[in-house]
Amino acid sequence: MREIMALDGNAAVAHAMRQINPDVVAAYPITPQTSTVQTFSEFVANGLVKTEFITVESEHSAMSACIGAAAAGARVMTATSSAGLAFMWEVLYIAASYRLPIVMLDVNRALSGPINIHCDHSDTMGAREAGWIQIFSENAQESYDNFIQAVRIAEHPDVLLPVMVMHDGFITSHAMERVELLSDEEVQSFVGEYKPAMPTLLDVHNPVTYGPLDFYDYYFEHKRQQVEGMAHAQEVILEVAREYEKLSGRRYGLFEAYRLEDAEVAIVVLSSTAGTTKAVVDKLRAQGKKVGLLKPRVFRPFPAKELADALRHLKAVAVMDRSISFGAMHNAGPLYLEVLSAQRIYGGNMPVVDYIFGLGGRDIVPAQIESVYDDLFRILETGQVERLVTYLGVRE
Amino acid sequence: MVTKLALKDLSHKPDLFAPGHRLCPGCGAGTIVRQVLLAIDEPVVVANATGCLEVSTSIFPYTSWRVPWIHSAFENAASTISGVEAAYQSLKRQGKVTEDIKFIAFGGDGGTYDIGLQALSGAMERGHKILYICYDNGAYMNTGIQRSSATPRGAETTTSPAGKVIPGKMQYPKDLTAIMAAHNIPYVAQASPHNWRDLMRKVRKGVEKGPAFLNVISSCNRGWRHPPELSIELSRLAVETCFWPLYEVEDGVWRLTYKPKEKLPITVWLEPQGRFRHLFRPENRHLIDEIQAEVDRRWERLLKLCGEA
Repeated sequence: MREIMALDGNAAVAHAMRQINPDVVAAYPITPQTSTVQTFSEFVANGLVKTEFITVESEHSAMSACIGAAAAGARVMTATSSAGLAFMWEVLYIAASYRLPIVMLDVNRALSGPINIHCDHSDTMGAREAGWIQIFSENAQESYDNFIQAVRIAEHPDVLLPVMVMHDGFITSHAMERVELLSDEEVQSFVGEYKPAMPTLLDVHNPVTYGPLDFYDYYFEHKRQQVEGMAHAQEVILEVAREYEKLSGRRYGLFEAYRLEDAEVAIVVLSSTAGTTKAVVDKLRAQGKKVGLLKPRVFRPFPAKELADALRHLKAVAVMDRSISFGAMHNAGPLYLEVLSAQRIYGGNMPVVDYIFGLGGRDIVPAQIESVYDDLFRILETGQVERLVTYLGVRE
Repeated sequence: MVTKLALKDLSHKPDLFAPGHRLCPGCGAGTIVRQVLLAIDEPVVVANATGCLEVSTSIFPYTSWRVPWIHSAFENAASTISGVEAAYQSLKRQGKVTEDIKFIAFGGDGGTYDIGLQALSGAMERGHKILYICYDNGAYMNTGIQRSSATPRGAETTTSPAGKVIPGKMQYPKDLTAIMAAHNIPYVAQASPHNWRDLMRKVRKGVEKGPAFLNVISSCNRGWRHPPELSIELSRLAVETCFWPLYEVEDGVWRLTYKPKEKLPITVWLEPQGRFRHLFRPENRHLIDEIQAEVDRRWERLLKLCGEA
């Protein structure tokens, strides 16, 4: 039976996990992810899932246990945040290179130091070259939907890569929202019975060696094959989204374009801030200003061409980054650098500027987003870009 | 039927550790692995920490492992095998796996005493039905003989060189076997490849009773600096000098599984090894006395724990 529930983002994903009913979950508590694992623990304790739940002693062991369990042929999940994801760094790469379809929730939180428990995207942005598919969610509903789709994407034989699904720490993870759950049966039939695409460790009659020493004579080819998995992911993500739309009525793509078609200027921003930006867009549209929004959903693989196509008609674009790529060009944010590269290869030559915002959970309010649109219109008027990178809401 | 631990019976079993691996001649690890795999009659899945054993037996596209095997990283053999075992429990409960399968992790002392200690402790505390086997050669041999917390006092390694001021490694080795016993898991033991029947009996108990930990002394002729043919003999001398006592802690009960008739002086074990050569210089002789005193102290303590004193 389908249900409409009042859930925060973490509980919504815990319910997705319950409905997927994975074979193994290995997780370690860290704020603000903890309540996902707590809620899931209750499902385990009450016998609502068949899952073997491993309460590991660290995130490094969480991902290591996921690797072992996935190589053994289990459907496997975990969840983490911030320092937890950072502690997994080494094994994130191993999970991806062994082509293990692990699904993970990362509740976005700033990295230390100084230590901070609130939202920014520095944790997942730091992991963007690890070989994982990365899907960002604006709200609890999206996180729930993305998590279910992630299983199918990861396990697709043309992909076989781990997927991390993100939502914003506290803003989404701990805010109660209306969430429409599919029925347990619908989720079960959507994800299907898990049939590992590769030989498993528990097939003792056909012994397989996982993780051999791979020198200069083979390593390069194996990495090249990994690129193929990532290259196929985009089509699979869209295929899974189409199927999910038929089931749920909710449409997902590589990104969401909001009042973008006839816009003159637009903001590109991830996750919950896109929700705030939509309200600002509506307000400015009511004043006759042609503003729009592009909210990337899939960050890895980065949909460069599709995104550039969607932005091509604009006269100026502002990217808003909730993290900094220290030492990169102009110390800009990673989303900016990707959008700019896409523009260079596929797009027009409109000005693209970057706004760093919201680090360590600093609030971002509609007036600030409005000021970004104002800046873009000023660029149109003057034809001048004063600053490539602006820090929004910082005391300087 | 369980295979008898007799050469005649064991010789009929297939060797699950294929020859052609690149371990050094005389390396203890390969001998230990063959004994371990021969000891178990059930199907086995192995996880391996990064180290000599791993790099020498899995050079793509070759493998020495005729059992399912996984290497993930250096510090996570215990957590990796705990994931494999959890998958097994889950899939078995669902009827998707029917065999009785045993789970083993191998790690060197670096991967076990040092960088992998947390993962090992966690896996043991959680109670996974696994046997973790440390082949302890007393240093980071794979990276070129650097000291670990298992390195004996006085030993020269590349990061504890015998210099003019500091004569080798100054700390005594961590007593990891006792630390694992303090986890109050069903089975903890120490073994040596020279006493293969004792080692194989312990492996059988370990996989049956798990979570279990087995610490095995493993000579490294490159690091210990002795002729390769002395490898097994030096393992024996480590036991006869009581540097490496053979004992087990089964359900909390400590028991010696072998007691030397006459405890040999530690010099018998130290002298053939180049890594201790500098200790025999007059200015360092006092270190040998100190090492002997510590071996005696630990042995006496063990005798008490085993109800032998």
